[in-house]
Amino acid sequence: MAEDNQNGKNGNRLGLLERVKAGVKEDVQSLKTDLPAKAKDQVEHLKDPTKTQVYTSIFRHKHDDTPRNRALGVLSNVFLHLHPAKINRDAVRYSYTWGMGGITFYLFIVLTFTGVLLMFYYHPTKVQAFRDVLYLEHDVPFGKLLRNMHRWAAHLMVIAVWLHMFRVFLTGSYKKPREFNWNIGVLLLVFTLLLSFTGYLLPDDQLGFWAVTVGTNMARATPLLGHEGPFGHMLGMTPYNDVRFGLLGGSIVDANALLRSYIWHCIGIPIVASVLMIVHFWRVRKDGGISGPAPVMLESEVKEPK
Amino acid sequence: MDWRQLWEIASAPDNVPIVGMIPLLAFYIYLAWKQAKANDELIGELEASPAMAKTHHRKSWPFRPGWSKEVHVWPFLLRIEFLAAMIVTIILMVWSITLSAPLEEPANPNLTMNPAKAPWYFLGLQEMLVYFDPWIAGVVMPTLIIIGLMVIPYIDTNPLGSGYYTWKQRKFAIGTFLFGFIVLWISMIIIGTFIRGPGWQWFWPGQTWDHNRLIYEVNRDLPDLFGIASNWAKAVFGAIVVGGYYLVGGFVAHGLFRRYNPKDYKRMSLLQYSIMMFFLLTMVGLPAKMLLRLAWHIKYVWITPWFNV
Ligand code: HEM
Repeated sequence: MAEDNQNGKNGNRLGLLERVKAGVKEDVQSLKTDLPAKAKDQVEHLKDPTKTQVYTSIFRHKHDDTPRNRALGVLSNVFLHLHPAKINRDAVRYSYTWGMGGITFYLFIVLTFTGVLLMFYYHPTKVQAFRDVLYLEHDVPFGKLLRNMHRWAAHLMVIAVWLHMFRVFLTGSYKKPREFNWNIGVLLLVFTLLLSFTGYLLPDDQLGFWAVTVGTNMARATPLLGHEGPFGHMLGMTPYNDVRFGLLGGSIVDANALLRSYIWHCIGIPIVASVLMIVHFWRVRKDGGISGPAPVMLESEVKEPK
Repeated sequence: MDWRQLWEIASAPDNVPIVGMIPLLAFYIYLAWKQAKANDELIGELEASPAMAKTHHRKSWPFRPGWSKEVHVWPFLLRIEFLAAMIVTIILMVWSITLSAPLEEPANPNLTMNPAKAPWYFLGLQEMLVYFDPWIAGVVMPTLIIIGLMVIPYIDTNPLGSGYYTWKQRKFAIGTFLFGFIVLWISMIIIGTFIRGPGWQWFWPGQTWDHNRLIYEVNRDLPDLFGIASNWAKAVFGAIVVGGYYLVGGFVAHGLFRRYNPKDYKRMSLLQYSIMMFFLLTMVGLPAKMLLRLAWHIKYVWITPWFNV
């Protein structure tokens, strides 16, 4: 066929075939020579993954142990940049902060994680809530562990917040310029307790039901806004329009109270608390980092106002 | 001694945290006290020797010239944070494997729990229901606690003791806080958790809970003791007693504060001073009212058509 076509009118076509042939030959040749060379290169390259484009796109600087890189490791990481690069040498002593703020925050993360997992199994309705907890306890793989961890982390968080506040007070860390952050902290304390309280009702068992009944019964007595509170009558408060009604979505602890509890517990309060935590951490940095351990000051050095 | 009763209370799963918290709190008080003592000793030495005050690095921890004042967060802080997270996780895991969260019968509005207790961290307030009406114990007190905590930075004018543990330089502030936190808050929680039984009656630790026990306690109101009968007279009388408490108490507190805290007194503005006095007297008012009840069976001091105190 090739001979035939050599002088044919379809010279072009014939030339094409020639070229294709030559091209294929070249390709085969290149596979033989280039591929092994490239493969060798690739292996060389993979021996040092820190040089790959993927790696350098993720990590923005080298990690060899130089002071500069140690600092960059903290500063260029979105999660770690809450921290400064360097801190007071004594501030890392456990005995000063007791690590309680950090532990509180860690427990909050654990609670978010276990809480979201619990939400996969829980329906906030009178028919299902209690059964869902039974189901979690007996059938869901690790369900019992999950529920226990959520419960105990919540209790631990209350303890940790109190201890954190206690140490902040004892070290005088609320003094200028940290007055505002102390106030954010007080709000966080309140929201931590409210989180625990709203969660208490969710298993829909006797324990939660009566605790919440006792708790919200006090709201009846709110001055001005409760129907049994001082001056409540004068403002036209009844069991069907006072603050307690607003909290429970009814005049008794029932389906609406369960739903409201659930929404406050899983959405409302966590969002508010998260925002407050962001502000809290931001202010710790802006107020000059942890307050101490600072050099002691003497009475004689206080500048008395005139 | 009913050990079983005691064990039942202390081992109720939701009470375990408060049982654990007591030694934890004791440990941290010790830790703070140890550092305060070291710092106070250092302060004493520096005050005695101005030359030393000029050169000393002013911490009770060692420091040598040439040591850097700062350390890198990585690894010196982050490794501690990592370790702390590990330890907390392990504690939580072990705790969750060995102790199960409580689950009672399904909620039943027709079957009252007795005693119906709030979770332990609210039992201080629930205990206050014994001595105060719900609008005070349940609404006014929490509000005052929150506001009281919030004003602390603005009424504590003492510039000393910022950023280190000390007792000597902040006796009044720390003493007041300990009174509020330990005596009023924690110990009321302990009473609410371990002492209160059915009917919210007082059962000593180890005393068997008797669900049928009745206590015939006749409580009187203060105006009755003085033979005041008319409603208006009662209201006026109560206002005078409560107002009198704040006035006389304030006068005594003023005398003491001025004498023992002259520097703070001088620094404080009228507003700061009156806010501090209000909270101080209100705090002291709690045990005062409790004493009235426990010693003289007095229920209300101030009776009006709208509210009773
Ligand atoms: C959800 C609750 C809270 C979280 C997660 C939290 C977290 C933190 C963290 C991580 C720090 C850094 C120092 C440390 O660990 O001690 C801190 C500092 C601080 N916190 Fe909180 N905190 C909470 C509640 C509170 C409360 C209840 C108060 C006081 C009423 C408070 C007042 C402060 C203050 C004033 C600082 C600065 C302390 C200093 O500079 O030494 N915080 N917080």
